Amino acid sequence: METFIIQLLNGLVFSMLLFTMAAGLSLIFGQMDVINLAHGSFYLLGGYIGLTMVRRLNNFWLALVVAPLLVGALGLVLEYFFLRRLYGRHRHLDQVLFTFGLALIAADLIRWYWGAYVESVPPPDLLSGQVPVFAVQFPIYRLSLIGVGVALALFLWLLIERTRIGAIIRAGVADAEMVSALGIDVHKVFAGVFALGVALAALAGVLGSPVLNLYPGLDFEILILTLVVVVVGGLGTLKGAFFGSLLIGMADTFGKAFLPEFTLFLIFAVMAVVLLLRPSGLFGLEGA
Amino acid sequence: MAAIASRLARVRLQFAQRRTWALLLLAVVAVLYPYLVRPYHLSLAIEVLIFAIFAMSLDILLGYTGLVSFGHAAFFGLGAYLVAYTTIGLTNNLAVTLPVVVVGTALAALVAGFFAIRTSGIYFLMVTLAFAQMLFSIAIRWSSVTGGSDGLSGVSRPAIGVGPLSYTFDSRTSFYYLVLAFFLLSWWVLRRIVDSPFGWTLRGIRENEQRMLALGYNTFRYKMAAFVIAGVFAGIAGMLLAQFFRHAAPENLYWTTSGQVMIMLIVGGTGTLTGPILGAAVIRLLPNYLSTYTDRWQTVLGLTFILFVLFAPQGIMGLIQRFRQRGERREHSENRTS
Repeated sequence: METFIIQLLNGLVFSMLLFTMAAGLSLIFGQMDVINLAHGSFYLLGGYIGLTMVRRLNNFWLALVVAPLLVGALGLVLEYFFLRRLYGRHRHLDQVLFTFGLALIAADLIRWYWGAYVESVPPPDLLSGQVPVFAVQFPIYRLSLIGVGVALALFLWLLIERTRIGAIIRAGVADAEMVSALGIDVHKVFAGVFALGVALAALAGVLGSPVLNLYPGLDFEILILTLVVVVVGGLGTLKGAFFGSLLIGMADTFGKAFLPEFTLFLIFAVMAVVLLLRPSGLFGLEGA
Repeated sequence: MAAIASRLARVRLQFAQRRTWALLLLAVVAVLYPYLVRPYHLSLAIEVLIFAIFAMSLDILLGYTGLVSFGHAAFFGLGAYLVAYTTIGLTNNLAVTLPVVVVGTALAALVAGFFAIRTSGIYFLMVTLAFAQMLFSIAIRWSSVTGGSDGLSGVSRPAIGVGPLSYTFDSRTSFYYLVLAFFLLSWWVLRRIVDSPFGWTLRGIRENEQRMLALGYNTFRYKMAAFVIAGVFAGIAGMLLAQFFRHAAPENLYWTTSGQVMIMLIVGGTGTLTGPILGAAVIRLLPNYLSTYTDRWQTVLGLTFILFVLFAPQGIMGLIQRFRQRGERREHSENRTS
C-alpha cells in the first residue's frame, strides 16, 4: 500500500512535468501547425542553464526565472530568422525538419558545453526534506511540483479562456487567416506563442532537474513522452495536454515500478488503444 | 523553329549517350573498386551502399507516398537483430536468414502500420517515432534477451549454398560484392515498383488522397503496402549492416539512425531513387572528412541539413535539375541570337 501511494504521488509529479512540456508543444502546434521536434532540446537547455546558475550563484529561484526567459528569447530569435521563412501551406514538412535539425545541433552543442555526464541538481534549501502524506514520507520538493503543475494549468486555462490574448490565440487555432484578415498581426502572435511554448519547456527543464537529473539523451526521452502525451490527449487543446499527461505520467511511473523492462511498451500500448478508438486523441477535434 | 527543335533533340541525344557512358564507367569502377582502394575506403563504400538501400526504402514512404516516418530505424534495427539471432542460434546461411528478416520486418511493419496508417500527417510522424523508440527501449532494457546496451555480438558473415558447394562471404572484398548485388537488386526492384501502376497510385495518394479515395482506390491498403515494402528493404539494409560489423547494436534502432536516414533523403532529394543514393554517399562520407577538422561535425551536419531545408528543399537532385534547366535555357538564348 505504501509503495502504491508513493508511486501514485511520483506519477502525479511526473505528470505535471509532462504537462508543462505538452502544454507548450500543443500550443505551438495549435497555433502554427508546427510540431516542434526541438522541444526536448529546449527542456534540456533550460535545465542546464539552471544547473549553471545553481552552481555559480547558488540560487534556484533565480534560475527558475532566468532560464525560461533566456530560452524564450532564443525562441523569438529562431522564429524571427528561420521558422518565419517556412510558413505557408506546402512547407509543413520543412518546418518539422527544421526543428529536427535544430534538435541535432542543440544535442551536439549541449554535450560540448556541459559534458556527457549525469548531473544532479539539489532542490532549493527551502523545499528540501520530507513531509508525511497519507502515512508515507514524501519529499517536499516533489510535492510542491504537483502544486506548481496544477497552478500552471489553471493559469494557462485562465490566460487562454478568459483574456483577450487568449481569445486571439484560440481564434488563431481555429483559423489563422481569418484572424489576420481582422487586422491582427498573426506573425506577432505566432512569435509570442512560440516563445511562450519553448519558455515553458525550459521551465519544465529547471523544475524537473532535481527529479530526473540532466544528461545528454534526456532531450529525446522527454520529447518522445511529450509527443505520446499530445497524441493521446489530442493536439492543440490544453485539456488534452492535461489529461494526456496524467495518463502517460501514471503509465510511465507505474510501469517503471512494476514492469521496468516494458515501460515504453506499456505506454505505446496505451497510445495504440487510444488511437484505435479515437484517431485524433481523447480531446482532439474530429478530422483534425 | 525546326532548327531549334533538331538542335534540342541533338542535345537530348548527347545527354542520353553521355548518360549511358557515365553509367558504364560507374559500373566498371564499382566492379574494380576493391582493387583500386585501401580497405578503409572499401568499408566506407560498403556502408554507403547499405545506407543507400535504407534511404531508398524511406523514399518509398516519404518521397512517393507522402508519409513522413520518423521511426524508420525500427525496421533497420529489427533486421539487424533478427539476423543476429538467426545467425548466432541457427545458421548464417542466407537461404534462412534472408527469409527470416524479410518475413519478420514485414510482420512488424504490418502491426506498426495498422496503427500508424490510421493516422496522418503529424500524428503519423509521432506514432512511427514512438514505435521505433519502443523497440529501442526493449532492446536496451530487456538485456537477458537483447544483450542490453551492448547489443548482440558474434554475428558471422553470411553464406550461400549447401555442403561442399557452400561459400561464405568472409573477406571484405567478397562481402562488398554481396552488398553491391543487394544494392543493385533493391534499386531494380524499387525502380520497377515506383514505375508500376502501383507506384503511380502512391504518387496520387501523395498529391491528393481524397481524390484517390473518390476514384475508388482503397488508399489504406496502398499505404499499408508501401509501409511494408519500405520496412522490408530497411530490414534488409539492417541485416547487411549487422553482418558487416558482425554486431547488432541498439543504436540501429535509435532515433539518431532514423534521423540520419531522413537527412540523407532530404539532402539527396525525395521522390527520386537517385537522390537517396547521393544523399547516403554525401552524409556518410562528410563526417569522415569533417572529423579531421572539427569535433563538432554533428553540428556541421545539422547546419548543412537546415540549409538544405531552408534553401534547397528538393535536395541535391533539385540543385542538379535547376543547374541543367539553366543550361538548357542558355542553349535556347544562344540559338535565338545565332
